[in-house]
Amino acid sequence: MFKPKTKAQTTTLFAWALISPAAIYMLLIVVWPLVETFRLSFTNSNIGTLIEGYDYIGWANYEKALGGRKFPAIVNRTFYWMFLSVGLKMILGLIGATLLASNIRARGVIRALVMPPWIIPIAIGCFGWLWLYNGHFGLLSNFIEMVGITDGPFSFLAYKKSAFYSAVVTDVWIGTPMVTLFFLAAMQGVPRDLYEAAYVDGASRWYRFRRITMPQIMPTVITMALLSAIWTFNSFEIIWILTEGGPRGATTTLIIDTFKTAIFSYKFGAGATRAVLVVLILSVFSLIYLAVLGRVSKKFGYAGVVK
Amino acid sequence: MDKYSLPHKILIYFSIALFLTFMLLPFVEMFMASLRPLTHLFHRPTLELGETIGFADFISRFWSKDFSFQAYSDIWVTVPQLPRYIFNSVFLATAVTIFSLILVIPAAYAYARFNFRGKSVSLTLFLAVNMFSGAVLLIPLYKLLRMYGMLNTYWAMIIPGVAFLVPTGIWLLKSFMEKIPYELEEASFVDGASRLYTLRRVILPLAVPGLVVVGVAIFIGAYAQQFLFAITFNQDRDYMPLPAGIFEFIGYQDVLWNEMMAASLVGILPVLLIFMFMQKHLIAGLTHGAVKQ
Repeated sequence: MFKPKTKAQTTTLFAWALISPAAIYMLLIVVWPLVETFRLSFTNSNIGTLIEGYDYIGWANYEKALGGRKFPAIVNRTFYWMFLSVGLKMILGLIGATLLASNIRARGVIRALVMPPWIIPIAIGCFGWLWLYNGHFGLLSNFIEMVGITDGPFSFLAYKKSAFYSAVVTDVWIGTPMVTLFFLAAMQGVPRDLYEAAYVDGASRWYRFRRITMPQIMPTVITMALLSAIWTFNSFEIIWILTEGGPRGATTTLIIDTFKTAIFSYKFGAGATRAVLVVLILSVFSLIYLAVLGRVSKKFGYAGVVK
Repeated sequence: MDKYSLPHKILIYFSIALFLTFMLLPFVEMFMASLRPLTHLFHRPTLELGETIGFADFISRFWSKDFSFQAYSDIWVTVPQLPRYIFNSVFLATAVTIFSLILVIPAAYAYARFNFRGKSVSLTLFLAVNMFSGAVLLIPLYKLLRMYGMLNTYWAMIIPGVAFLVPTGIWLLKSFMEKIPYELEEASFVDGASRLYTLRRVILPLAVPGLVVVGVAIFIGAYAQQFLFAITFNQDRDYMPLPAGIFEFIGYQDVLWNEMMAASLVGILPVLLIFMFMQKHLIAGLTHGAVKQ
């Protein structure tokens, strides 16, 4: 039996004992399936091979996926989707948080009214948007027809471009409240005397926002941006309910492509390959993000803020 | 501090109105759709060639004589399982929250308090789990759940649900626990208390505000994202959560939009009300934890 000799060893042992339930759970439910996905990605497993068993086919799935004509377009679309949506969520979140932090009437009620898109099941929110985007009977189509932008019904989800941007709007709608509330919480954590000192020195409101609020809430912004980017990259339900990746693939992001291949076409091997690619691409993206961040914070002296 | 000038005030309230319109528009539209009979819902005014919808036609979507709450009594007949769906949704989210907290609390405490070998590596690995959404791991998860006979049970939605919420939970709770002064624990040690006793009797009571925030965040995550696992791992109506149950509407020959919207609104109401009232505590709690990296 291993006996801890020093205090450091006892601590390590105790700490790991505390972490082990969560760690073991992760090994079982996330790591094992991940390894299994990796293994499957080298096979030709599909609905037809369920009975007679599948074969290992080396890199064939990867060659096929990466060599496919559609693949580069899907990757580009996924990143465009992510940057656009996360960017909008961050900007709207900052504006929203600033508004909700200002000294206004009925602040509690207004803050509560911002929450619903975050609280309700994503799918339910999408049902609402599905109706809003309806061409003949939806509010948006009727509205732009009334003010004269279009001269007839316009089905937002039927055309490639409008379907894509409609999905972005819905994704932003769902993601903004959480970002707003986290930013608001961070803004409220900024010490009041900083603002008072700056005010006494004659700093304008905009100056105070730029030089006090922003640097102080930067750690939250940076963390939320990364988390939000990963979630948006993997965002599935919104696109699936609104368009199922259509029309003609206009809203097919990597995650939709993975789901379609694996679950809808029953090509388990090829689907697993795409899943592995998603994980690889996201890991590289996160590493680059964190590396760039390290550089930037050194240069601009955020180092003390970004712990 | 300086007061807002009048134009400034107008700008603020105008922006808030705009922001809230965006946030609430789908709900307003869902409510309006639920009040209109199907014939009105699918009615387009007969227009001459080149003519477009007029103001009066547009307004009739917000108010006309045939509005009624008929859909709200019809839904219980069309979807007899609706109460069950509502219950399932809340039950699943609650179960996921409880199981997640059981895993999160000890781990967050360890990360907040101790320096040990493998600390930063294991924490990074936990956070990396965020990168795998459920959709990526569906196939092996399906196999795993089938192996243990958990398909088409509540477990099929609880087990994967917990896995993807634990990492964020650890990260959130850790920042709360770091704020609890270490002296309190030392005092407890000096009095001869064991480590586990200290965690249970000293740290946990002090961490209650943080626990509430983390619990709420996990609950919302579990409540909001139960759709994917529900449609892939469960075919049994008795265990379906609300979104999966209502999604079946879309499969009907003619979508009963008004009833679908009514069912959606009724279904989300209980949880919505609870959280809107908790808003103050939630923000206060988040501020207190001052989430950093």
